[in-house]
Amino acid sequence: MSGLPVRKFDAIVIGAGGSGMRASLQLAEAGLSVAVLSKVFPTRSHTVAAQGGIGASLGNMAEDNWLWHMYDTIKGSDWLGDQDAIEYMCKMAPQVVYELEHFGMPFDRNADGTIYQRPFGGHMANFGEKPVQRACAAADRTGHAMLHTLYQRNVRARTQFFVEWMALDLVRDADGDVLGVTALEMETGEVMLLQAKATMLATGGAGRIFAASTNAFINTGDGLGMAARAGIPLEDMEFWQFHPTGVAGAGVLITEGVRGEGGILLNCNGERFMERYAPNAKDLASRDVVSRSMDQEIKEGRGCGPDKDYVLLKLDHLGPEVIMKRLPSIREIALKFANVDCIKEPIPVVPTIHYQMGGIPTNIHGQVVAPKNSEPNEVVHGLYAVGECACVSVHGANRLGTNSLLDLLVFGRAAGNFIVDQALKTKAHKTLPKDAGDRALARLARLDGAASGESVPVVANDIRKAMQAHCGVFRNQQLLDEGVRKITELEQRVQRIAIRDKSRTFNTARVEALELDNLIETAKATIVSAAARRESRGAQARSDYPDRDDTNFLKHTLWYRSGNRVEYKPVNLKPLSVEAFPPKARTY
Amino acid sequence: MKFRVYRYDPESDAAPYVEDYDVALESTDRMLLDALIRLKAVDDTFSFRRSCREGVCGSDAMNINGKNGLACITNLKELKEPVELRPLPGLPVIRDLIVDMSQFFKQYHSIKPYLVNDTPPPEKERLQSPEDRDELDGLYECILCACCSTACPSFWWNPDKFVGPAGLLQAYRFIADSRDHATSERLDNLEDPYRLFRCHTIMNCIDVCPKGLNPTKAIVKIRDSMVKRTV
Repeated sequence: MSGLPVRKFDAIVIGAGGSGMRASLQLAEAGLSVAVLSKVFPTRSHTVAAQGGIGASLGNMAEDNWLWHMYDTIKGSDWLGDQDAIEYMCKMAPQVVYELEHFGMPFDRNADGTIYQRPFGGHMANFGEKPVQRACAAADRTGHAMLHTLYQRNVRARTQFFVEWMALDLVRDADGDVLGVTALEMETGEVMLLQAKATMLATGGAGRIFAASTNAFINTGDGLGMAARAGIPLEDMEFWQFHPTGVAGAGVLITEGVRGEGGILLNCNGERFMERYAPNAKDLASRDVVSRSMDQEIKEGRGCGPDKDYVLLKLDHLGPEVIMKRLPSIREIALKFANVDCIKEPIPVVPTIHYQMGGIPTNIHGQVVAPKNSEPNEVVHGLYAVGECACVSVHGANRLGTNSLLDLLVFGRAAGNFIVDQALKTKAHKTLPKDAGDRALARLARLDGAASGESVPVVANDIRKAMQAHCGVFRNQQLLDEGVRKITELEQRVQRIAIRDKSRTFNTARVEALELDNLIETAKATIVSAAARRESRGAQARSDYPDRDDTNFLKHTLWYRSGNRVEYKPVNLKPLSVEAFPPKARTY
Repeated sequence: MKFRVYRYDPESDAAPYVEDYDVALESTDRMLLDALIRLKAVDDTFSFRRSCREGVCGSDAMNINGKNGLACITNLKELKEPVELRPLPGLPVIRDLIVDMSQFFKQYHSIKPYLVNDTPPPEKERLQSPEDRDELDGLYECILCACCSTACPSFWWNPDKFVGPAGLLQAYRFIADSRDHATSERLDNLEDPYRLFRCHTIMNCIDVCPKGLNPTKAIVKIRDSMVKRTV
């Protein structure tokens, strides 16, 4: 073996965002030995930036029903979501929100003391009839409040955190079982092998593969890169959500809650254009629909500003009280990043990369699954994935707003519980293979040895530019094929990077170089999967194939790093207990 | 744009030093963090923390022209050149602008930063009136960036004994929560010549908080609660 120091745990959770900490809470409270690794202090994870709310049919504002939530989610997913997982999530939603409240979450309140809920895009009453208030909110800081609450609860449970540790590679043995992970302690530069009966990836999305993104710098797809290098396919990676309202030029998120509270989008003629594209839901249509409509307005010359390259989000008519009470951070962001006071003026916004619907394929217990011997969903023993890095798949081709925080809570909790049950059955750790740690050490040795080469930020920015140009809101075959070629060239350049900083002490240049290995895998998976899907569905909008093609493409993509190829597996159209919702035309 | 940056790598430097940089900016660069990203592209050994780039994660707290703040929401136009960048004062430096925050988090953990309520939870949410919920505004928004505590002379002198403004703000966040049942224990935990009473209302904390929060007010309210329970 590689001579690395080894530490043993029952479970390792990689990532301390909403899903990782919801899982670790179950594990720690059950008395398991659990190590939570995070590149940043837990409350700095990107869940902190979520604003609008958590979707759950509590019915605090008007009648609601988890079946309506389920229908909305399936329709939002453009029927690519797996209906068993969606049923489980929507049914569990009220329970996980109540639990979070019991943990101390500072939700906004109604006059009767119940949790305040606001309308959000695509969430409707009575199977698509009219908008319903389903998003449980803490002002416009729901993610911040939730992440801090989960951290606090983990402090109470005495969860063991490894803060500022970067996971490098999974350890997989000859049977294909995952036995742990190699990780780098950033402060000291030490590499260690962490061995566990269960290894959970909760590393978040990879929004940093695009140039204009709402995502934090840390969102580099580390779990996706690790899984891909370990031979695990990535599912539905062509589906990336453009959030309709990123601050033009800055990319910073403006919550859909603004439109939930009554904000509207305007083109250069002052027209509320969403009335044309979505006569019923209007500004609260699904995100893919709103983003495409905005892009269309801009393309047809009805954008605003000197270059006609953005639209306006108007909310001054809500009045200063509503804005200061329900959307205080939005006002701060608009002042700081757009130079406008949204109490008086509209905010310039553009569709901005926000969320990765695809990821590491799992079942509803968080177990990673992959095809084996003609079984499409064979469990990869020892490996779990939850949250944005996973694809269970509840979001399908397009995620509804508020379903991301819900996904973190429901599947973090479910995976945690499942591991607790499994760990009680599994007595001993499997023996580590002789080559455990070799891949990680080789990557580090190459970086230490390279005296000169390509610059990490230059190559990373070129990847982002290529993805932005070739994998945007509207796509076509020529654009995508050209993109695949560019990303393949960039992959060669990634092999030639070098860093000047050779220090072992908190070497952030090394961390960024290691992240680049993960960015490139995610970028490849995304653009190759997009080029292979010759239809329009949810967030994948093809100008050359404008229609959804259920005959040929009602199926999940699986991208494999080996051979840079795609395969497919069926969508699960069968819920757990209720009647299926068969595919139909999707209008808002 | 000109920068004077505190540099220190314990592996190669006998002592900290100051390095001057002239960074070429693009017209789209708005915040100090944008400039630091440019600087790092030129010199990859320059080390600092950053993540969300919108003032909500609390990673990129540093001392900017003598005042603590977040690089990502500090507008370049507001800065006098050369921009002097130093690590947060009063904490051990790991490298360049990266400080060891263990002491800061130890104090945060010492106030039991979690809701205590041992009554069995109801089937649904615990009810809380909007007025009771309003009591948490100005408290729960803290991002644990440590700008306040590392601007506080009392914290510099007694980082091991004085909880500091960030920790005390959070202590009051739970005292103020109508759902929390541990007010008495929380006050006991702070009734000590150092933990709470080292605050001399210098109010640097209010001045530097990037989220516009007021730890001094929270500290005063904790003191009021102590007085009330002795009456």
